[in-house]
Amino acid sequence: MVVVQSPMAIPDPKSIPSNAPEHCPGTESELAGKSDACAGCDNQEICASGATKLPDPSLPFLKQRMSGVKRKILILSGKGGVGKSTFTAQLGWAFAADEDTQTGIMDVDICGPSIPTILGIASEQVHSSSSGWSPVYVQDNMAVMSVGFMLPTSKDAIMWRGPKKNGLISQFLKDVDWGDLDYLLVDTPPGTSDEHLSIVQYLKESGIDGAVLITTPQEVALQDVRREIDFCRKVGIRILGLVENMSGFVCPGCKTESQIFKPSTGGAKRLAEETGIELLGAVPLDPRIGKSADYGVSFLDEYPDSPATTAYLDIIDSRYPSPSTIN
Amino acid sequence: MALQETAVTRRLQNVKHIILVLSGKGGVGKSSVSSQLALNLYTSSPTARVGILDVDLTGPSIPRMFGVDDKGVHQSSNGWVPVYADGSSARLAIMSVGLLLKNKGDSVVWRGPKKNGMIRQFLSDVRWGELDYLVIDTPTGTSDEHLSLMEHLAGVHSRLSAIIVTTPQAVALMDAMKCLSFTRAVNLPVLGLIENMSGYVCPCCGEISNVFSTGGGAEMARREELRFLGTLPVDTELVSVLDGGHDGSGDGTFGMLDRYSKTRSAKLFKDIVLKVC
Repeated sequence: MVVVQSPMAIPDPKSIPSNAPEHCPGTESELAGKSDACAGCDNQEICASGATKLPDPSLPFLKQRMSGVKRKILILSGKGGVGKSTFTAQLGWAFAADEDTQTGIMDVDICGPSIPTILGIASEQVHSSSSGWSPVYVQDNMAVMSVGFMLPTSKDAIMWRGPKKNGLISQFLKDVDWGDLDYLLVDTPPGTSDEHLSIVQYLKESGIDGAVLITTPQEVALQDVRREIDFCRKVGIRILGLVENMSGFVCPGCKTESQIFKPSTGGAKRLAEETGIELLGAVPLDPRIGKSADYGVSFLDEYPDSPATTAYLDIIDSRYPSPSTIN
Repeated sequence: MALQETAVTRRLQNVKHIILVLSGKGGVGKSSVSSQLALNLYTSSPTARVGILDVDLTGPSIPRMFGVDDKGVHQSSNGWVPVYADGSSARLAIMSVGLLLKNKGDSVVWRGPKKNGMIRQFLSDVRWGELDYLVIDTPTGTSDEHLSLMEHLAGVHSRLSAIIVTTPQAVALMDAMKCLSFTRAVNLPVLGLIENMSGYVCPCCGEISNVFSTGGGAEMARREELRFLGTLPVDTELVSVLDGGHDGSGDGTFGMLDRYSKTRSAKLFKDIVLKVC
């Protein structure tokens, strides 16, 4: 007999009941259940009992779900707009070019999800089944999950504080029917805050294979990347390497290369030398990269002869052996 | 709570205008627009007093842009003393987490509640004094920092306004729309929209390349009935000025302002500021 399970409801992020008060100190906080804001909160008793500080009861489920994922790679950068999502998408497409490789992309940028647009699947929705939420498939070996699929329109802003974002990230790991994956790529928002701490915490037991740090050449961006390196070292994530994006621009008119974002302090190369982190490569700025992202097509496939494509592929090939060599 | 509110309102009672610089997307130039806005407001009158508050707690860029990343905040009996970028004239005050860190490579790994506390202190414990404008540079998104700001600034809501920054490509415009939805949800008046990184002039042949496409900002402003404040092209001179760090003069003059006034962006931004004031 087939056991029919009722499907898990997909939350409508705009209407998730927030029965926590506005000044909730966070359930894992020392003050949980004891701060002034907790007075009158429905959860006060649970928080005060200390139960919320025990290991998350969802961790075993999460671990089970993640047991089918061979490699988990984070794409990080302290700075915004340096090309994390674009790199994640290109990496995903490059992996998925091998039809035997199963790739998953998880977008944990809750307030500004770009992955659905970049992959050309912005109008898709998540469906639920007895085995969990079905991710959206770009092609049959590339599964994607993002909060962008859950919003009624792309205009809607998600105005969430940390704890709600953490809850959704945990669900992305535990309730999404990822299946067996060779790679799970996690695209993150800028900074070193809730999303980053949560993903690290949730994946601790399953193990994170490493992080790729994306930067641009100017010092303002490198400063933020130094902070991200410090973060990775604090929480014990291996850094696979550094990618310098928007590195030089070739004028389509006269073919002269100029530096839009000048590496005033030596760029990623110097940073790599100083920190002992490998520089995986430098990708030049090509206006067609941004355009491909807007139209949701693979830049690597559309413009195979661009120097940026060569740079991307060199980075990907050097770093990630194809799964056939892993096995 | 009522007590906290008075602490902020008391501290900000002599601040005439508070302008939040917002954008849904990262790396579109919020900090560079905030810096330029502050510099232009500063030069708009010989007595104008301007403050910049950087609430990007995990990735503060403002100190570097003003070349004050080696300076620190002092404690006084009357609260924290901000760093003055213009030295002894003390008309351009800067406050940022970057100025509180011992080592610039240190990461600030904080969850929401700690960020909230820091923002409250920035508003209630810093000796801002009399200011004509307080420019607030925000991080990406619509989350803890933004909600905390709105909450703590509730007592001075009538003096608040916002500028939205975007770049022309669709991915950034989508996030700018989210940001606009946020301002509507919290009832924050929007002064207008700036399209940044719109086109790049090749230094060699003068050809304009639309590195991140073009025109999307004006189109969005028209559709959403926002005032369009202008487009700013990618300006490598500006990147150098803002990335240059300390100018080494060390004599209390404001060398960074001189270098900024020579850039093409400075001229364009002047028109933007005229629309804002």
